Amino acid sequence: MDDQIRLRVTRYRPDKDREPTWQDYDVPLREEWTVLDALNHVKSDIDTTLAFRWSCRMGICGSCGMNVEGEPRLTCATFLSDYAPGPVRVEPLGNFPVARDLVVDIEDFMEKLPRVKPWIIRDEEQPVDDGEYLQTPEELDAYKQFSMCINCMLCYAACPVYGLDPDFVGPAAIALAERYDLDSRDQGARERLDVLIEHEGVYGCTFVGECTRVCPKHVDPAGAIQRYKLKAAQQSVKAFLLPRALR
Amino acid sequence: MSDLSYRRPISVWWWTRKRTYFLFVMRELSSLFIAWLVLYLLLLIRAVDRGPAAYADFLDRAASPWLVVLNVVAFGFVLLHTVTWFSLTPQAMVVSVRGRRVPGAAIIAGQYAGLVVVSAIVYWLVTR
Repeated sequence: MDDQIRLRVTRYRPDKDREPTWQDYDVPLREEWTVLDALNHVKSDIDTTLAFRWSCRMGICGSCGMNVEGEPRLTCATFLSDYAPGPVRVEPLGNFPVARDLVVDIEDFMEKLPRVKPWIIRDEEQPVDDGEYLQTPEELDAYKQFSMCINCMLCYAACPVYGLDPDFVGPAAIALAERYDLDSRDQGARERLDVLIEHEGVYGCTFVGECTRVCPKHVDPAGAIQRYKLKAAQQSVKAFLLPRALR
Repeated sequence: MSDLSYRRPISVWWWTRKRTYFLFVMRELSSLFIAWLVLYLLLLIRAVDRGPAAYADFLDRAASPWLVVLNVVAFGFVLLHTVTWFSLTPQAMVVSVRGRRVPGAAIIAGQYAGLVVVSAIVYWLVTR
């Protein structure tokens, strides 16, 4: 194995550059190093001006998502040696505006996420004295997969629908809506459906399936969206056929 | 965030950059060929309805090289359509039997079994 590998990194300094450019850095190629380790090496030893987001280094915080060789990845879970002999292209997450170097502007996602009300909604809160809401292992299994989302936004970077139509609510937000809908303690499905039944909601999705492919937590947002479509369609048919009292 | 952030343009050829995007666009395109084959089937039924001369005419036209090529291509797209949508079904549909989730492979196998049964019935209807 060569002892060096070249990183080809996107640079964008909003005060100086009109558009992003490439900058190459040669870093040690160590078997245990991830792309994030290499970027941290650049930051501490080669070029302190390089900007990128990271936090936990263990695939939990969802901060270090970038496009590595064109593929949205958590850089803390992407090993350099898999790209030997290099060079390795590291770009900011696709489909988001670039704020600086590898940092993207996530404002749009932050605005969309609360729209689907990803929290437990109750018609009536149970008094604290009555204890916690109990749940069986089966009830937990119903939504657990969708609760693994870490908001890393790789799915947004992979979704061509979101890229072409930024009004689309997007994979992670819909998967999280599904996570709460399937929760036996929740009673907010109707409120979420009102948001997701809109054109930019579930029906914006054309089932490319790329969100599911890139998800580092195996959440399967594409599955969640299709299941939501089925629910929304059933709801529409019911609304059309049944009198109000029976819905 | 400031207006200084850079919005990367998306090329109209975005779907050629990745195999999965390309397959997706081909799957979407396959709908046009499905529509064509439905139309073609209706034309066949109309020809049959109009009598032996019209039917012979239809067969004559069907043998023209450009129509054969079109239908071969259309058949290829129908196969792609069937295979891709069958394999996507378990993602969209959760089927439970006695409280246990049916594995995706079983749902896909069920669809192929259904296809075989329907094809056999059609074959029997046409050839009996």
